[in-house]
Amino acid sequence: MTDWIDVLIVVVKVVAAFAVMLVATLLLIWAERKILADMQNRIGPYRAGPWGLLQALADGVKLFFKEPITPNRVEKTVYLLAPILALVPALLMFLVVPIGRPFFIGDREITLQAMDLNVGLLFVLAVSSMAVYAVVLAGWSSGSKYPLLGGVRATAQAISYEAALGLALVPVVIYEGTLSVAGLVEGQSGKFLDLFPAWNIILLPSFVFFLMAAIAETNRAPFDLVEAENELVGGFHTEYSGLRFALFFLAEYINIFTMSALTATIFLGGWNGPTWDGSLPSSITWIFPILWFALKTFAIVFVFFWVRATLPRLRYDQLMELGWKRLIPGTLIWMIFVAVAQAFDEFGAPWAS
Amino acid sequence: MVELVLFIVFGLIAVAGALSMVLHPNPVYGALGLMATMLSIAVFYVVNSGHFIAAVQVVVYAGAVMTLFLFVIMLIGVDRAENLEERLPMQRQLAIGLGVAFLVLIGLIGGNAWITAPASASEPNGSVEAIADLIFTDWLLPFEVTTLLLIIASVGAVALAQFSPRRRGGAEE
Repeated sequence: MTDWIDVLIVVVKVVAAFAVMLVATLLLIWAERKILADMQNRIGPYRAGPWGLLQALADGVKLFFKEPITPNRVEKTVYLLAPILALVPALLMFLVVPIGRPFFIGDREITLQAMDLNVGLLFVLAVSSMAVYAVVLAGWSSGSKYPLLGGVRATAQAISYEAALGLALVPVVIYEGTLSVAGLVEGQSGKFLDLFPAWNIILLPSFVFFLMAAIAETNRAPFDLVEAENELVGGFHTEYSGLRFALFFLAEYINIFTMSALTATIFLGGWNGPTWDGSLPSSITWIFPILWFALKTFAIVFVFFWVRATLPRLRYDQLMELGWKRLIPGTLIWMIFVAVAQAFDEFGAPWAS
Repeated sequence: MVELVLFIVFGLIAVAGALSMVLHPNPVYGALGLMATMLSIAVFYVVNSGHFIAAVQVVVYAGAVMTLFLFVIMLIGVDRAENLEERLPMQRQLAIGLGVAFLVLIGLIGGNAWITAPASASEPNGSVEAIADLIFTDWLLPFEVTTLLLIIASVGAVALAQFSPRRRGGAEE
């Protein structure tokens, strides 16, 4: 009896996470176009629906009905596999992010998180390292020059920035003492000195390094050399059209959303925030954690768009130099610093005993 | 039951991946087959509640190492025909002989009864905390020696790249 209820709960959670991601993606595309337009003194989409809200949906429907062209020189199997490989890791990564406070039905605790892994952060890194295959294979299987260049660039970039992404998380893990994402959120509740919320943002270098690596990992400007349109036509997706292109596009935006949600969860306290539990009825207060989470996620998403509108694209050697000569040594030094500080905190100074 | 089904499905995938790695004429498909094998092995680790080792398997092997393989394959160029001339004399005969010897060894080992340690009372604990405890207490020395090995390997790689014959005598400066 209890068994299939548990299974049902998991199924509902996964479907809900899927729905959240797709709706968020539609809003994200619209928000990006509106925000970028505003920063560039344009209007942006305004025809489809109120304030152009349905523009992304219209684009999706249009792509759905377009002819999927398969060029002659493609490597068929891999060419068809690549868009699917792009979408799967993007969808998987969101599963470990808690979007709200756990609640109780009867005596059954229900977390608003599809699964809480003991190795949550490692799972995130593992899945994000799989994401590069889609780009590489799409580039190679297209059988033309520019996608191949995009694919080779993607490989080098992913390897460089993956290391920085992982290393930027190590200080957080040392500080919090857990790898579980729900554990991280729990660790960030409460306040320092009754004044500031106890978020991991106090590990500021980690936050900055992680955000930079995340932007590079999602292939966004200014690190979007994989699809640099004035050098590589469209990069890895040059030969894709119709629904297959739509899958790549969807995967990119889901990745942005997930990375932002993760950044908000790891560094900005996740769903932690004032809920006014005592003074308001519980039928209202349950919504606040979800609201805080959405707000923080959107703040990070806004940084993604802001950076894209502000900074010019890096040259390839600059990208590699930033990755290997700045980010990785920087994260290493910061990691050693945090480790030593934590050891002092835990064991006392070596000369004190 | 679930364990058995998972073992059969992913075991078949792992074997098929390994076979395609060896047999497929196109190196990119070979690399993909190897990737499938590594991911299936990660699934086995998860089934045996070794979540940490599974995650590390995916990050290191399926993520980093295979990406590097693909990178190298693409840089060298996939379309170039391989030079199939065998440079080592007796290579084929030696390979067959060693393969037979290996099979005999497996037969001998498998045919005899295994002596295993008595099953421990507690559940196997594959959590990060348990592994960290073991690595940094009982197995500290082997762990540190392994890191030394990796450093030696990377220093060797740098040395090889530095003194390649093309840049003899620092002619490029």
